[in-house]
Amino acid sequence: MSLTPVLPRINKLREQEIRTALRQGIRIDGRGFDEYRSIQVTTGVVSQAEGSANALIGGTRVMAGVKIGLATPYSDQPNMGVLIVNAEFVPLASPTFEPGPPDENAIELARVIDRGIRSSKVILLEEYAPLPGKRVYVFFIDIYVLDHLGNLLDTAALASIAALYTAKIPKVEVVGDEVSLNRSVTESIRTSALPITVTVAKVFDHLLVDPNLEEELLAEARIAITTTERDTICAVQKMGSGAFTRQEIEECVELAFKCRPKIEEALRLAIGHA
Amino acid sequence: MNTVAAKVQQGGGAEGQAAEEWRRPDGRAADELRPLRLEVGVLENAEGSAYGEQGRGKILVAVYGPTEVHPRHMEHVDRLTMLCRYHMAPFSTEERRRPQPTRRDIELSKVIREALEAAVLTERFPRSMLKIFIEVLEAAGGTRCLGITLASLALANAGIPMRDLVVGCAAGKYKGRIVLDLSEEEDKEGEADMAVAIMPSLNRIVLLQMDGELTREEFFQALDLAIEGCRRIHKMQVEAIKRKLQEGLALTPPTEEKE
Repeated sequence: MSLTPVLPRINKLREQEIRTALRQGIRIDGRGFDEYRSIQVTTGVVSQAEGSANALIGGTRVMAGVKIGLATPYSDQPNMGVLIVNAEFVPLASPTFEPGPPDENAIELARVIDRGIRSSKVILLEEYAPLPGKRVYVFFIDIYVLDHLGNLLDTAALASIAALYTAKIPKVEVVGDEVSLNRSVTESIRTSALPITVTVAKVFDHLLVDPNLEEELLAEARIAITTTERDTICAVQKMGSGAFTRQEIEECVELAFKCRPKIEEALRLAIGHA
Repeated sequence: MNTVAAKVQQGGGAEGQAAEEWRRPDGRAADELRPLRLEVGVLENAEGSAYGEQGRGKILVAVYGPTEVHPRHMEHVDRLTMLCRYHMAPFSTEERRRPQPTRRDIELSKVIREALEAAVLTERFPRSMLKIFIEVLEAAGGTRCLGITLASLALANAGIPMRDLVVGCAAGKYKGRIVLDLSEEEDKEGEADMAVAIMPSLNRIVLLQMDGELTREEFFQALDLAIEGCRRIHKMQVEAIKRKLQEGLALTPPTEEKE
């Protein structure tokens, strides 16, 4: 069930200020329309997790942790490891977040990130089924939003990918029908893609990448586009109760590819892949 | 109008046949829709309702309201509060689904609500609430798109003012080809899946979701094919509304649709 949310309101004078600035080609925080805030990624921030990372885009801060175990595979995919992505919008991150189980926004964010990881094959899940049909690896990615100043999705995607790429995957030991994880022997992830998510907001008919909180609240609609280094698109989600033209979607896709290198650079710096 | 609808019912038209011999598992050409049937005003209690079948898929949609807002704190002083529930019946899939809403149901309820909010004149109904219930009775791929198509018909049937109808259609990539309106089988085995909903007269995209992997060229090919599919379905939407209106004129006094 989904209800029209009651969101914090932007003061009319402030709204006017933002609108006027945009008309002159300036964003309220001084950025260009295709310019991200500063991006910082650090990995290995929680030693108990097999993989972890902190991502900052401007003031928006998201932590992600990867925990790895063994589980029974899904019956329709017996030869594949299991991936589970969950997001928690913890109340300390924003006055608008309530304690309790994930709401529709947290669920949507987790599912969009899940699709980006799954579609681009960040983890080659078919290589993580030591006993097909019986015992396979399970990867939990838990996304923890710590400070919400706009564009949670791109920040959470960055943290998730960084945590996954730097995860130390315990090796399996198979004895007959028994499978166990040897946590003292680890290897790095078997992967085939580095997806990057770029969100574009439509604010007073202008297309702005990496919207800050005010821009997000004023946006008619947003679109998150996840791309790979193979020059492909692996996940798209339009959000918000407005509309895009076909032409605008084209411009958003261009922006997603245009912004990719800078984000990729910050990510590669953190995960140590040149 | 009737000829167009009939042509679509038979699927796609002759263009696809001439272009290539390749057929999909259910015998369709790449740009061919599944047989589609839309019906408006099928429930007694609801202010507006619609029923549709697409291939094996069956969906029923009801609209209630406008009413007072519950819970009260979800009230908007300057606009309508919209509630949308997308739900699949326990018997709608091969394996029984638990009746509780899944994470998928919750996400789809959100994106469908947002797609419909783009069309409804929400500013006309301050401090009011409108409820849209989408029940998938049998799932066969593309249920969110058919759900949206039917929801906008149910809204029209309820007399809710809208900027435009909303119509949904999926496209995707199956065995290396861009195809229209994926069946469940094609969705499972395919390389990519894209759900699109548009406001056809205003030319606006109100829902866009994609997963799988597509090149930029394939992405826009799929998007354009889905939009083309929406346009064909839109003609059938208009026909369905007209049928209902004509039936209303013949059977009941013009101002009274039901008791």
